[in-house]
Amino acid sequence: MTGAIVAGIGATEFSKDSGRSTMQLAAEASRAAIVDAGLTPADIDGVVTFTVDGNDELQLMRNLGVEQITWWSRTPGGGVGACATVQHAVAAVTSGQADAVLVYRAFNERSQYRFGQPHARPMGAAPLDWYHTFGIDTPAKMYALWFRRYMHAYGATNEDFGRYTVSARRYAATNPKAWFHDRPITLEDHQASRWIVEPVLRLYDCCQESDGGVALVVTRAERSGDVDQPVAILAAADAHQRDASITSNYYHDDLATYPEAAACARLLFARAGLSPADVDVAEIYENFSPLVFLMLEAYGFCGPGEAPAFIADGNLDLDGALPTNTHGGLLGEAYIHGINSIQEGVRQVRGAAVNQVPRVERVLVTSLNSGLVLGRV
Amino acid sequence: MSDARRAAPDDAFFWDAAADDRLVIQRCADCGRLRHPPAPMCGHCGSLSWDTAPSAGRGRITSWMYSLHPNRPDDEPRIVILVHLDEGVRLVSNLVDPPDDGPYDDRPVVVEFRDDRGTRTPFFRVDDGVPS
Repeated sequence: MTGAIVAGIGATEFSKDSGRSTMQLAAEASRAAIVDAGLTPADIDGVVTFTVDGNDELQLMRNLGVEQITWWSRTPGGGVGACATVQHAVAAVTSGQADAVLVYRAFNERSQYRFGQPHARPMGAAPLDWYHTFGIDTPAKMYALWFRRYMHAYGATNEDFGRYTVSARRYAATNPKAWFHDRPITLEDHQASRWIVEPVLRLYDCCQESDGGVALVVTRAERSGDVDQPVAILAAADAHQRDASITSNYYHDDLATYPEAAACARLLFARAGLSPADVDVAEIYENFSPLVFLMLEAYGFCGPGEAPAFIADGNLDLDGALPTNTHGGLLGEAYIHGINSIQEGVRQVRGAAVNQVPRVERVLVTSLNSGLVLGRV
Repeated sequence: MSDARRAAPDDAFFWDAAADDRLVIQRCADCGRLRHPPAPMCGHCGSLSWDTAPSAGRGRITSWMYSLHPNRPDDEPRIVILVHLDEGVRLVSNLVDPPDDGPYDDRPVVVEFRDDRGTRTPFFRVDDGVPS
């Protein structure tokens, strides 16, 4: 137990064209989260978002009517930092630097700035310039050069990846908030979708580009009695290692593994006093479907190279051993940079998810290198 | 697409050597370890002193993929490769003149310098023993 709780969650609708400013999306989601927590803007005294978020903290405060903050921070690395935002908020409230921290992320990532399009310049600092020079100008390409080694090492195929997508789209089909609500696909549909990065990623292996906003409120566990549906943050962790770079993993000895995720898993399970078998539901960040495979193995839900069979055997289904991405994931629900998956983890603990897993005690939420374990208060 | 080559002072030596068709790797002048991509400080011994070691330009393909532009059909497709050089460092480049349609995993490659948008650049071709 970290000593902190998620007190509230809030979101806009998820779309391809929100028709309003990202600040409005941030304000709508944030206000909804504060109201959901049963708090008022005056209770908020900290804010955390991603370094890449385009919404200024002070302007958001002005919109919300937050009087004063004593903590603000941002997490680097795009989606790598999604769960790390909650780690920051936990650090703030448990150290006494703030009492209630608003975590937010909002963008028009389809109608305005599309991550998935080829970028004229490297998307970040060196060494991304070394890759951009040779044609790696999208996240799909950055990741595919890593994922390909996994395919070669274990004989995993794009069809294997497709089985994850079919699962995600099945969950999305029954989630009214999902962009792909009521639109499940078959493995044949997946295999018929066009290559984005041959021979690794087809269109249906790639997350959506979405407009929308999601916010959370984190406060001290002692305040659980003040909020309607508190969810305990049992553990929060983040791990980064030498010779890595954001969005690429080209220099570790074995590229068919994800050492940072394995390190984060060890930290999470140790801090929560749990093992993989104790996880009832997993919400795993998947900008691209192969990431789920690397994550399942890094977290010890199955052995190296076993994720294709683990998924094919139905373990990610609602009645499987590890129901995963029960909102449809970033492929099926929306791509709100992973923070919508934290929201789904909160809903699963509350028992309020549309694809609710029975008797949920603990939910694992991961976003690449960072992760959370959520549970009942 | 932008051309970031030579933009970073830490990288200039690499492209200066490439201009003479030489593939070089940054080497710590104190502990002798090789490193790539270039960096100003040795992460093993903390030294700021470095020189370069010549690479034989041979290695194997650790990973690869076709880089196409679905929205830019006029752009030239590339095969992007991650090369594990025999000297022990990895380098992102492109595979040129592929002898077949792949797969290219673990295939041996050898460096081949070509002009690319005005800059002499190390690419690689499959090292099939046939002179280029």
